[in-house]
Amino acid sequence: MATFVVRRLASHAALAVLAAGLGYLLAAAALDPRAVLEDRAPRPPEAVIDARLGALNLDDRTPLAERYLTWAGGVAHGDFGRTCDGEPVNAELWRRLGVSLRLVAPGAVLGGASGVVLGAYAAVRHGRAADRLISSGAYLLPAVPVFVLAVLLQIMAGEANDAMGMRVFVWVGESTPGASRGALWDLADRGRRLLLPTATIALCQLALYARYQRGLMLDVLHADHVRAARARGLRRRDALLRHGLRTAIVPMTTYFAYTSGLVLLGGVFTETAFGRHGLGEWLVASVSRGDVNAVAAIECLAACAVVLASLASDVLAAALDPRVRAGGAP
Amino acid sequence: MTAGRRTAAGAVLLVLVFLLAFGGPLVSPYGWDETDFAAFRQGPSGGHWLGTTQSGRDVFAFTLRGAQHSLLVGLSAALLSTGLAAAVGTAAGFLGGRVDRVLMWGVDLLLVLPSFLIVIVLAPRIAGGWPVLAAVLAAFMWMVTARAVRAATLSLRDRDHVLAARFLGVGTPRLVMRHVAPGLASLLAVDASLNVSVAIVAESGLSYLGFGARPPDVSLGTVIADGQGGTTARPGAFGFAAGLLMLIVVAVNLLGDGLRDALDPEAGR
Repeated sequence: MATFVVRRLASHAALAVLAAGLGYLLAAAALDPRAVLEDRAPRPPEAVIDARLGALNLDDRTPLAERYLTWAGGVAHGDFGRTCDGEPVNAELWRRLGVSLRLVAPGAVLGGASGVVLGAYAAVRHGRAADRLISSGAYLLPAVPVFVLAVLLQIMAGEANDAMGMRVFVWVGESTPGASRGALWDLADRGRRLLLPTATIALCQLALYARYQRGLMLDVLHADHVRAARARGLRRRDALLRHGLRTAIVPMTTYFAYTSGLVLLGGVFTETAFGRHGLGEWLVASVSRGDVNAVAAIECLAACAVVLASLASDVLAAALDPRVRAGGAP
Repeated sequence: MTAGRRTAAGAVLLVLVFLLAFGGPLVSPYGWDETDFAAFRQGPSGGHWLGTTQSGRDVFAFTLRGAQHSLLVGLSAALLSTGLAAAVGTAAGFLGGRVDRVLMWGVDLLLVLPSFLIVIVLAPRIAGGWPVLAAVLAAFMWMVTARAVRAATLSLRDRDHVLAARFLGVGTPRLVMRHVAPGLASLLAVDASLNVSVAIVAESGLSYLGFGARPPDVSLGTVIADGQGGTTARPGAFGFAAGLLMLIVVAVNLLGDGLRDALDPEAGR
């Protein structure tokens, strides 16, 4: 198990380093911080712009390779450089990562778990009304893009607010600005504001997971080991849960790595739609400001996240399925 | 629904959407870029079938223009990316050796790169409108298919009829075109049709965030983003654009899934 993990880790890490480097090079080549500085209302003198860009390692007149080496040297020491405003990228990056995680994590976990349950349930009820309902829902839901779903939920929540005559659903911002009214009230307020974003992300996840899990579960429904378990006298439910679901969940681990990328992406849209100041919003703003270091840092983080997720899915698969451990890479 | 019926339903829906997007503006009393200074923020009426925007533009014509944009980008990005996947996949599978290793390594690398982030970074520098946007989207959509094509090519390469043709002295390009490509056709057709919806959603997503379509041009994404602010007051513009977008995606998915099940009997369930 240990060698398996180490081998996967090494090959994945090499890819992540390369991907992060490419991300920086692309950002540095495509974005133009000089033009943004020159566009300021009283146009700063050339020398001031040069000095500022030089200090931030953003000067497009130094060769790209040189800028890259400076950046990579900093990243090797855990320093992502400074933003266009001269603030350190690191502090902002971690703060915004916290906001994004608090926004996305509950929905992703909830959506994944309920998707697996719904998919498995639909497979067990194959061909009946419940199966038809879940299947068609899982078919139609992914056709609704995240940003449409977010706005639809907002409209529905707004209608519900009007109907009840009070603002039960609130969704803009993480917490109510102003004085605190006690820890418990704050917590409830935060939870209330998380309701719609969580629902948005969970619904997107749920449909994908349910569709995939249903197919997997149908495959094992009539598998020999499940039949053997029933022949040993287990009730249908127990046989399916203990022996069927367990094997049907193994392939889901690869899927987990794939959806983590989608969650990241969904985060960009949910943040925009729900007015959260997370990584996605920062990325959009940084691209418009030509903020190379901030964009490169986010790309670096995203590449690491994808690699970590695929590593986690490998480990999970190995933990659930001994054949993977013995055979090396699946 | 059976595979055949799904394919047909998807195709019919898609044709209807196309007719609406490209035929609708011909019968609409107002053009998409016309401003009616007599009607700001008005409800649906005989002149403006779906009302007007804050700046006096006709919602119906405006949204259909966005749908045209989205359809064009989606179709061309899907065709480009499937073509690229076919080229890279067959080259890697058929030539093998070093070419294979280099190409597959490139595929792995592109898969790790967060592609949507890269597209966002590149988008502001895109000049030249929708064809370039389609090309950039396509550049990050082909990797998984290329792997599938490579695997299929590997198995096709060792089939008897291909080996026989090779021993008879058929050259590589002809071998690929005559004996390997037909075996890949179903895989590629399904992939292209499913890619259309991915590309359309990606394009409108980019436009929603403010990249992608540039004003004065519109896309379904920009209409949705515009509609977001005033949704509770007037859901018309948002609803029409969002409904059209969802309709396109459902139609394309029906078509693609139906094709997949029709062409691959094992997947039918």
